[in-house]
Order: sequence, then C-alpha cells, then structure tokens
Amino acid sequence: MNNSQRTPYDGVVMAAPVTIPYVRYSVESAQWWIGRALSALVAQAGIKAADIDGLCVSSFTMGTDSGIGLTQHFGLCVRWLDTIPLGGASAIAALRKAARAVQAHDADIVACVAGDTNHVDSFRLTLENFSRFNQDAVYPYGAGGANSSFALIARNYMRTYGITREDVGRIAIAQRANALRNPNALMKAPLTLEQYLAARPISDPIHLFDCVMPCAGAEAFLVMREETAASLGLPAARLLSTIERHNAFADDPMQVRGGWAMDVGELYAMAGVKPDDLDVVQTYDDYPVITMMQFEDLGFCKKGEGAEFVREHDLTIEGDFPHNTSGGQLSVGQAGAAGAYLGLVEGLRQVLGTAGPTQVKNASLGLASGFGMINYDRGLASGAVIFAGPSR
Amino acid sequence: MIDPINPPGRKNPLLRTRLPASPPRPRSRTSHGFTRAAAEGRFVLQRCEACGVFAYPAREACPSCLSPDLVFVDAPRRGTLLAETTARVPSDVYFRERAPWRIGLVKMDCGPTIVTHLHADCVEGAAVRMSFQLDKSGQAVAFARPEGETPNMADDRQWREMTADPKFRRALVTNGRSVVGQEAVAALKAAGAKTVFVGVSEPWRPFAGEELLRGQQGIEVVTLDAADEKSAVDLAADIGGKVDILVNTTEYVRPGGLLDRRGTSIARDEVDQAYLGFINLAQAFGPAMRMRGADGINNSVAWVNVLSVYALANWPAFGAYSASQAACLSLSHCLRAELRPGGIKLMNLFTGPVDTEWFQTVPPPKVAPRAIAQAIVSGLRGGLEEIYVGDVAEEIRQRLAANPKALERELDR
Repeated sequence: MNNSQRTPYDGVVMAAPVTIPYVRYSVESAQWWIGRALSALVAQAGIKAADIDGLCVSSFTMGTDSGIGLTQHFGLCVRWLDTIPLGGASAIAALRKAARAVQAHDADIVACVAGDTNHVDSFRLTLENFSRFNQDAVYPYGAGGANSSFALIARNYMRTYGITREDVGRIAIAQRANALRNPNALMKAPLTLEQYLAARPISDPIHLFDCVMPCAGAEAFLVMREETAASLGLPAARLLSTIERHNAFADDPMQVRGGWAMDVGELYAMAGVKPDDLDVVQTYDDYPVITMMQFEDLGFCKKGEGAEFVREHDLTIEGDFPHNTSGGQLSVGQAGAAGAYLGLVEGLRQVLGTAGPTQVKNASLGLASGFGMINYDRGLASGAVIFAGPSR
Repeated sequence: MIDPINPPGRKNPLLRTRLPASPPRPRSRTSHGFTRAAAEGRFVLQRCEACGVFAYPAREACPSCLSPDLVFVDAPRRGTLLAETTARVPSDVYFRERAPWRIGLVKMDCGPTIVTHLHADCVEGAAVRMSFQLDKSGQAVAFARPEGETPNMADDRQWREMTADPKFRRALVTNGRSVVGQEAVAALKAAGAKTVFVGVSEPWRPFAGEELLRGQQGIEVVTLDAADEKSAVDLAADIGGKVDILVNTTEYVRPGGLLDRRGTSIARDEVDQAYLGFINLAQAFGPAMRMRGADGINNSVAWVNVLSVYALANWPAFGAYSASQAACLSLSHCLRAELRPGGIKLMNLFTGPVDTEWFQTVPPPKVAPRAIAQAIVSGLRGGLEEIYVGDVAEEIRQRLAANPKALERELDR
C-alpha cells in the first residue's frame, strides 16, 4: 500500500529559537535546564508563561518525570501536551506534532523544549538503560555504547563505498572551524586533519574526534500560526515541509541509509525547492559518518558519493555549502535530547538573521535533520524539515 | 592465529589481588531463553510457529507476522561476520579492565543479525560458528568462533573469559577414594591442569587406585573428609588460595527409601556426607574462590558438583539417597548465586547409576567413571552450567521435560 500525500503545513511558523549555553558537567537537574529554556522562551518572545497552551518535552535525564509533571513543576496550564523520547529525532518529531496542533487550533502557542543534565555518571546510566534490545543484546558486548554500535555501521559503510577517514574527517574539521566563531561551543581549539587522523581510537574506526562530548544544556523554540506570530510582532520562520520515518529498510543487513531516503522526494516536493536552493543545512552529527550518510539520503548527492561531495564542497560558514554552522554536536557538545534541537534551533536563527557570529550571509532557506535511537544494530528514527525565513 | 597462553609464574604476595567485576547483568525475562540454552551448551533462537521466521534479540511477537508464538528452538549455528570493532574505552568497569575488547555483527544463515563477542581468529566476510556462553555475570552472551579449528583456539583471551578451561589451573578433587574421583584427577591433569589436589580421608587407610595418585607429577594427595568441618577448614587454610576449580565428587550411595529402613541412622549418614559435606566445602573454599575470580590466567573459575540425576526426580529404590542429592541440588543454586559476584561458574553434572559397587544390583546401562571425568573437562572447557552424562541421565531429563508425573509413576517399579 502506498502512503498518501501529507497535507501541507500552511500557516505554521517557528519563533524564538533559544539555546541555554552548555556545560560539560552540571550539578543541576534536567528540570532545572528545561526551566531555564522555558524562561528564556517567554523572555525572548515577549509573552507570558500563561500564553503557552501547548508543551512538548524531550529529555533522557528527567528521572521519573514526563511532560505532565513539568506542567505543575513550571506552573503551566496547557491544552496540548506531549513527551517525545526519540533521541536525535526528537526536535523534528516535536515540530511536526506541534505544527498539526496549532494548525488544528488544538493549541495556539506550543513550546517545544529539550534539556538534559550531565552528572558525572549520567552518561553511563543512560547507556546502561537505553532500551530493552540494547540491554539484552548490545550493552553486555564490551559496553562500548553508541560508539561501538556506530563503529560497526561506519566500518561497513566506509568499506562498502571506499570512504577513508580523511573524507569523514573533513566534516569534523569544518564544524570545528565553525565552532570557533560560536562563543557557546565547548570545543575552543582549532582542529587540523593531522590531529583528527592522529586521535586515539575509541572503537575502530571511530576515533576521538568522531565522538560527541556529552554535556548539559537545553534548547527550545515556539510553534504557532502565522497570524499569532504577526499579532505578537514576532519574527518567525515558515515551516515548508517535513518528514519522519522509523525502522526503515529493516531488511538491509547493515545500515547504509536512513529513513530520509524513503521520503526525501516528498520533502522537497512539498517545500517546492531543490537541494541546491538551500542556504544552510544542519544535519544530525552524532558521528560525522552519519552526516555523510545524510548528505546522500537527503539528496545532495547519490548513495556512495558522500565522500566526493565532502571533498568538493566547503562546509564552513563562508563556504559554498554552509553546514552545522554552530559547530554541531561534534564541537558544541551533545546535551542529550537537546542535541536533537541544536541543528534546528541554529537553523532558525540563521533564516531569522539572528545567528550573530555564525551567521551565513543572506540565509533564508534552511534544512535540519534528525536521527536517533540506536535500539539494537541501527538508528531507527529519522526526520527532516525545510523552513524559510521572513526574507523569502 | 593467536599465541598460546603462557603458564603463570609464581604469584607475588606483595601485589594486591585484582577483584572480580561483573559485565552488565540486566536482561529481560524472555531473554533468559538464551541463558537456559547456554547453561547446557545449546544454540537456540526464537522461531515463529506461525510463519517460520527466526528472530533475535528476544521478542514477544514475531517481527514478520506479529504472532505471539515465538519458541526457542535449536538453530543452525552458521553465520557470516559482517563487521567488527574493538571497544577501547568501555564505560563499564569489567570491560574497561579487559579492553581492548572485540565485538562484531554476524548475519546468521537462518536470518537474524547478532551482535556478538568475537574469537580473535574471526575475520570479516568469513563464516563463523555461533554459540551462547555464560559470561562472568552468569548471563548468556553470543560468541562467534571461526568455522574450523585454529591453532591454540581455546587460549583466546575473550573465549577464556567465558569458559573454565583446566589448562594451567589448579583443581581440588574432593574424594580420591572413589573411582570417579580418581578418573577426574586423571582427566584434569590430561587437560593441562597445573596441579590437582586430591582429598583423601584417613589417608593412612589404604584404598584401591592409591598408586594412581601418590607420587605422580602434578598430583598432591591432601587430607580431606568433607563431612568433617575441621578437616575442610584445615585444608582450606593450607591450599584455599590455590584452588581455581573445585570438583566435588562426594559419593555416598545406599539403597532404600523409607519403609524398609529402620530409623534415621543411614539417612543421617547420607545427609552428613553429601549435604553437610557440601556446606563444609562451600564455607571453607567458597569465599577465597569468589575473591579470586579475576586473579590472572589461573584465576578461580568453577565449582563442579557430581550429582545423581535422581536429584531431579526421586527414584524410590534409592529414595533417601535421591533426596540427599535433591538437597545438594537446591543448595547448589544458592552457592551459584553466592559465587556469582566472583564470576565463578557452578556446574552440576547429572549422572545415572555409575558402574561402581554401590549400584551393583542395578541393570545396565551404567555410566563409566571415566565418562563422568571426561564430561567434567568438556563442561569446564565449554563453560557449561548443566551437563547430563550417560543415557539414563539424558532420558530422565527428556522425560522430566515432557511429563514429570509420568516419570514419577514410572520410576515407581
């Protein structure tokens, strides 16, 4: 059975992109970080907390809380509520659900927020308790966590398409160059290809600079209808198109493509744009090799041509293919579920022209993607969104 | 190809003994289908009764047709190694101490893909043979080995973590007066054990087969009467820190059940020897073994009980004896749990009537003591937890699984 076409997201906008600067370790709770993000959202949008009538939350470290506990914790009375545990695909999924909610007037202003703390043992506990398949059939095998799981995927993908570490490294190096302009990035030192190649192995072929640094932080944005934003005088980005897919290509013995590849045609068709038209691209970079896979699956090049694409393009802010302009998770840090939001929130700043030191000149059309949940042998959740700033 | 392991040198008494750590232990209840299979050295996967698809990891419904009828069945062991990696900075203490640790993803010929520990000789793109092993937390894990034999195969560092190979280890066989005990000593020695201590009670009293034990290279006769608490404690004070494998061959077989015996004197002897003897051994040797579970090449690894299969189902002709064995079986599960933090395996070997004098009136088939000894070694090498020796034991196992009530009626004749 063929899927039917999605109804367009006409009239849906995003506003008030918020980042609470990350720290490596935090003694605060996830609720503290989420609270700060909500507070910043209200302040930036110039609204009252009571104006928020929809809430969507993602976090790995909230303990026994879900969205409902947070309504009372933060004194929010909402008529639409969701908690999205999709890891790196959480931001796209949150946006998609919130978009339909405001379109249908189930809510007027939805706060989408993700935040995680990072205590010294948070990351290990998250690894240990990630999922049932992970507990039963992955973690007892060397306890390498996502590094080992992605190492297997990376090794197979790189061998299949003749990709070298240099090819993959270009992505990480370009992002570090971008991060040096972002005062909130945790990585402050330049990174050369030599340093990248000489890094210590973590789980071959994954080396140190292929890995993100777990940290604490929060990200958020508001979703509303165009007229709501106009009445509030809020600069906003229009939602042109978005896709989401889970457990795609289950028959592939190993993952060489993500769910984007199933729906990418509709992604661009609904937005009425081509990959070439995009001014700025924010992929989900838990590992640079996964970013390379996204370049292929999101239509910037064919499968197997990711390495060539990276060699032929300058991925920095001033380059011909500005990518992960904040520095991405690889250089800013991975604040748990907030890592899913990092690209989208930075993308929104770009098309709104408020990215400051990382601003791409005249950026008006952006794409952000998400990827998450390596439940067993592959990342299951994927999504992407195309959005446009007021100047387009 | 891997290098053979070297015999360990003398232990430096000034160095701290590395304490055991456990690999990650939590599992879903359904996943213990693999634990059950690993305990006996079987390789199983879930197969859907409705559509025939094999599935892995453990599921509650078929990923192909959603049928809930997923059954653990013996499955073909062959697969192909798709990709490997070496975890160098694991987040867990057990693996961090043992890093680098190599794992891979295997595509089974019968369908599923399995994340697995790898033998060092496994090569990407080549065929592998899968098994489920019990790791140091006692849980089942998948293990891939090359399809054929390779040099020094059993010396693989990761494989040795899963097994209790006697090679270079020191074993204590608790009863050298029995033929089973003597055969066990010979088999452990032949399997490369560095030293086999063999317990003999009242050593001044001569016994048949004594010449097989005394004056032999690598065999040390020690005084042990397991039923005597002081004897067990004295021996443990002497060699307790050097027992890597303990083989409990306590044997006290007397015919009879309840009504044709008078009083409790024979039953008391059965309990003294088998059950209280087991307690004495466990209390004397267990703590040091548990402490030494990560103590190098010759770390402490296994406790073996030789039990009658009638521990599982009472045989009225030897009814009181069966009960003493059932008591030992129950206690063995307690000891297994208490040794687990040390990563020490507890293997129960179930045998039918053995070809010895106390089963003189029992018709064949009977189990040769040598077969028990060989099964002990192969069970240790395979890292097993349950092993059935001989046709009678295997038959009891199957009949018990099929219908315990039928077995009970039929043992009454």
